[in-house]
Amino acid sequence: MSAKAPAHSGTRERAVWELLAKVLDPEIPVLNIVDLGIVREVRHEVDGRMRVAITTTYSGCPATEVIRVMVRAALDAGGFTDAILEERLAPPWTSDWLTPAGREQLRAFGIAPPEESVSRPRQLVGAPQVTCPRCGSRSSERISEFGSTPCKAHYRCRACGEPFDYFKCL
Amino acid sequence: MSATAAVRGARDAVMEEAHCRYVLRLADTSLVLGQRLSEWIGHAPALEEDLGLANLSLDLVGQARLLLTYAGELEGRGRDEDALAFLRDAPEFLNLTLAEQPNGDFAHTIVRQWLLDAWQLEVYGALEHSSETRLAAIAAKALRETRYHHRFSSGWLARLGDGTPESHGRTQRALDELWRFTPELFAPDEVDERMSRAGIAPALAALAPRWSTRIDADLHAATLTRPATQPYPWHGKRGVHTEHLGHMLAEMQHLQRTYPGAHW
Repeated sequence: MSAKAPAHSGTRERAVWELLAKVLDPEIPVLNIVDLGIVREVRHEVDGRMRVAITTTYSGCPATEVIRVMVRAALDAGGFTDAILEERLAPPWTSDWLTPAGREQLRAFGIAPPEESVSRPRQLVGAPQVTCPRCGSRSSERISEFGSTPCKAHYRCRACGEPFDYFKCL
Repeated sequence: MSATAAVRGARDAVMEEAHCRYVLRLADTSLVLGQRLSEWIGHAPALEEDLGLANLSLDLVGQARLLLTYAGELEGRGRDEDALAFLRDAPEFLNLTLAEQPNGDFAHTIVRQWLLDAWQLEVYGALEHSSETRLAAIAAKALRETRYHHRFSSGWLARLGDGTPESHGRTQRALDELWRFTPELFAPDEVDERMSRAGIAPALAALAPRWSTRIDADLHAATLTRPATQPYPWHGKRGVHTEHLGHMLAEMQHLQRTYPGAHW
């Protein structure tokens, strides 16, 4: 289990974090939503119910609704049928919220993880240099800034010749 | 109710309506522009641009959903995002007139997109710091997406403008045709003024010079000429539209109008 609950979490909160770490992104089915960084908060409310706050990556991402249904199903299956599922907009998600484990899962799946950080905005100008997830070469070129899902761009490795997806920096 | 309370109540009602209309304008501009871009799917000049335009469209429709849901709550008549998107007629749409203009050729679409991307950069950039937290949260999210929308559209503007004589000519022609819709982007009316006095929205007059500077820089890179500004007869954001919106809505709303309440 790569996803970790915050240190101060109680037993029930930890149980919910564990459940959520088994919910996989429907578009990238090796990445769980905790490592994707879209679970904002798990809180044990005073009335005994659990509150789960999730956010979206891109505002038009069609996976959002599927994820909401999957989270609800996971909570139900785990016995948290009265849990409150909240969608939280602020602060907006950025690719900085991907966990190190999430980045590794992406790479292993053949998707290059984000190279830059939005906290270093100067890096955002122009096409970034991306490491090929297959052969590890730094020599790659961008084919298109837009790919098969809103979060990905299309690249090609100059060393091994393979095209690959790059998880963009937002 | 005392006389002062009655006056205050009436003033609150006017403010609430202005607030709702302000959010609806932002929503409709994104929705209509997103719908226009989706018309390119399967028709763009290259697969990469097909995906690019579809991605931009998805973002815009996603932003519109957040804004429409909010406008529906502010309105308080039980209309959700779908009711607002699919069951209003053209005069109830409050989008900027520029957004509803037909796609034309690729250059036309890029110029329209770029003019509105630059506008959204300023508007969302200011709203991100609004005291109105819900709108600020939506703007903060939309702004991040608008930045790469502008990167896409200004990149293509430069490539087309500084390209072949044919691409330069078509892009300049698109600019000359669409420029007449730009004064509406920064022409405030009583809704804008109420929102800006309340500290919710930026004063449009303050944003115009920043937009203009960005537009000039992008035009310079694209070797294009800024057209002369014309008088301002466009009132899309007041619900008075060009003939094009009705045709677009007929297609967009067809399914919900024919099979009311249909779900996936």
